Amino acid sequence: MTTDELKGLEVATEVDARGTACPGPLLDAKRAIGDCPDNGVMCVLSSDEGTIIDIQRWSKKMKYEYLGDLEDDGFWRVFFKKTV
Amino acid sequence: MNDENQNLEEMIKKLTARVEELEENAPDNNLCIGVMSGDYDSTMAAFIIALGATAYDMEVDLFFTFWGLSALRDPKKKAKKDFLGKMFGTMLPSSCNKLPLSKMQMLGMGPPMIKSVMKMHNAKSLEELMKDAGEFGVRIHVCTMAMDVMGMKKEEMIDYPHIDYVGVGAFVGMFQEAKQCWFM
Repeated sequence: MTTDELKGLEVATEVDARGTACPGPLLDAKRAIGDCPDNGVMCVLSSDEGTIIDIQRWSKKMKYEYLGDLEDDGFWRVFFKKTV
Repeated sequence: MNDENQNLEEMIKKLTARVEELEENAPDNNLCIGVMSGDYDSTMAAFIIALGATAYDMEVDLFFTFWGLSALRDPKKKAKKDFLGKMFGTMLPSSCNKLPLSKMQMLGMGPPMIKSVMKMHNAKSLEELMKDAGEFGVRIHVCTMAMDVMGMKKEEMIDYPHIDYVGVGAFVGMFQEAKQCWFM
């Protein structure tokens, strides 16, 4: 997805895991996945760059659709879709 | 007769679905090694095994964390650091050539001794092995948390063709897809 497409996404569940180190962001995503409606988009905010590839791999295994990431001021927004 | 055919058809359908599921979950021809110790000898072993595996057309993922990170530092590169980061930076080995041995360190006399013996026997140094690993497509994954803890920066890492920065989630994904996973 392009940057503009990512920016325009309607996010169903946002998880703010900024300031926590690995595996914090991944665990926060796992905790919140139940709150995310089916086929909804989840966005994880993380200040740990490793989260990008973590979520990429994890969403592949969970059969979710990885959408991309955006760099912000000192943190990243990582998007994926909870496909069912 | 018709009933029997139908039963068989159903059975084939079920079996095909199971085989597909198994195939999807079957490990790839990958080897995954966690490198943590930061010792010259065990880091070298990790690269030798990795290179051996590439000869068998295996794909290899090396996950570097904690003390293991020192092996990836380039002494010629400098990065901006805070006080603690600088302190860690001076106390930790500045490159793969400066790693200590896990045994026979002998107050610093061990490593040059072992290296000269290795040269005598035409064994490759860790630096040469790392170059080979780059050539053969061995992937290096660096733990970002360990980097933060030890104040290490991307800017001071070696120029390696297949390097990325990940967390534990990626490592778990790697060993799930691997036939073998070791941690040393």
